[in-house]
Amino acid sequence: MNLVSFLGAIEIGFVFALVALGVYLSFRILNFPDLTVDGSFPLGAAVAATLIIDGVDPYLATGLAIVAGMLAGLVTAILNLRFGILHLLASILTMIALYSVNLRIMGRPNLALITEPTVLTPFEGLGISGLYLKPLFGAVVIAVVALLLGWFLITEYGLGMRATGANPRMARAQGIATAKVTATGMALSNGLVALGGALFAQMNGFADITIGTGTIVVGLAAVIAGEAIFRVRGVVMAVAACIFGSIVYRLAIAFALNADYLGLTSADLNLVTAVLVALALILPGARNPFKALLARRNGVNGGGGGA
Amino acid sequence: MIRVEDLKVTFSPGTVMETRALQGLSTEIAAGEFVTVIGSNGAGKSTLLNCLTGEVPPTSGRIVIDGTDVTSWPSPRRAALAARVFQDPLAGTCEGLTIEENLALAASRGSRRGLGKALTLARRDEFRDKIARLGLNLENRLGDRMGLLSGGQRQAVSLVMATLRPTKILLLDEHTAALDPRMQNFVLELTRDLVEAEKLTTLMVTHSMRQALSLGSRSLMLHEGQVVLDVSGEERARLQVGDLMALFTKVRGEELDSDSLLLS
Repeated sequence: MNLVSFLGAIEIGFVFALVALGVYLSFRILNFPDLTVDGSFPLGAAVAATLIIDGVDPYLATGLAIVAGMLAGLVTAILNLRFGILHLLASILTMIALYSVNLRIMGRPNLALITEPTVLTPFEGLGISGLYLKPLFGAVVIAVVALLLGWFLITEYGLGMRATGANPRMARAQGIATAKVTATGMALSNGLVALGGALFAQMNGFADITIGTGTIVVGLAAVIAGEAIFRVRGVVMAVAACIFGSIVYRLAIAFALNADYLGLTSADLNLVTAVLVALALILPGARNPFKALLARRNGVNGGGGGA
Repeated sequence: MIRVEDLKVTFSPGTVMETRALQGLSTEIAAGEFVTVIGSNGAGKSTLLNCLTGEVPPTSGRIVIDGTDVTSWPSPRRAALAARVFQDPLAGTCEGLTIEENLALAASRGSRRGLGKALTLARRDEFRDKIARLGLNLENRLGDRMGLLSGGQRQAVSLVMATLRPTKILLLDEHTAALDPRMQNFVLELTRDLVEAEKLTTLMVTHSMRQALSLGSRSLMLHEGQVVLDVSGEERARLQVGDLMALFTKVRGEELDSDSLLLS
């Protein structure tokens, strides 16, 4: 793997760390399997790209992209909480609807941003090589977001949100308005994912209607990888683990695609990701998948030869 | 003071599954009174508690707490007035959160939750102090996950959580039923001490006749969603477990009699 593809992996890892944090919030904290992210990621990209092309300041455009993502999360939350549609189905409905919404926003399936100003433009005169600027910018953004999220989760409100996901009946008995809290969490989650989409579009110089496919799986992969590597205890560590998980996942992918002897091409990316996530879910609690496999084999052979 | 007026709850009305859990239950509980509630399965004990916490909306009737009609209040709003300990030790706490985080959740019961830190130093001191009084050596394990505690330890912590902040009414839903006998006694003693120390208005549902008579100052027996026995003071003091059993079977016996009449 050369430097360019290494830095590229780091950069995309940071962008998808935002997705991972959003997925962590919905899946792990709120216990709400949310597929809206497959729509809110391209939504963020679409809103930011369209506004920037219309001459809006890139930072304002990115902010509005976050708001759009939050609204998408709210729609899913309302479908589930107010109208009782199963959470998974509610999120799929929003995701499907967002495909059309995104096409409407962009006007066509693909927008180029190469010649437009982006959130990176103000830093381009600082003398940092373009190669390092993007990963550095990504690192700063994710550090700020992680600090804010880490803090949020240990506040009174954040603790209430964690209780809402873990034991809603107990949360209500403690006076937590679980429906409102869930809606807030879903908005935050999809706002983060839309921010990821908006930055993705600006760093890569385009927004495309198809970039959302599999966002949820990539986000989950990062969350699971982080948890597996860091034996997470406590929320602040979990937030950090999501970010490292995202980076590790991207590096692993870059490595796999660059290793000629494996014969993998970028077309195999989704398959590889799906297989990895499936394996991680099939082996629950098995931090080291090989250990679990070995334990099983030993069991079959009569349990001999431990350690 | 709590006043329950002609409370009726019907589940799945108009279907074959129709269940009339409460059928016009009325009672009044004075401030500081400790009431034990007994009754057979389906008598409406849990439904009464769920109505008081707002988890089950009554079909008709009124619930008034301290002069305020709270009948239409949803359960999170009701939490400011009523604290509850569940029968299932798993239900009343979050096993994934630490002991002190669970306590912090309870410490904000009924107040607005903002963006201040949930676990301040002052709160940690308060929690350590309150938990130390249990004598279960949990005060040095405040950072442990709740899931690591035994059922009895969790119920003890649940009781501390319920009494951490002032509450108009403490609701205990067979909170010792899932515990072994030794832990049952411990939790009952703890209940008695906490209720006396805080002078709490308490409603305790129990399956044990002995518990029903030995704790508190008044006993209610429910049957088919109504109060069939309401004893306190002298009359209650004279009552033996055997008398209560006799009354219990009499109430249920009458039901059998009416059935046999129907069948004959």
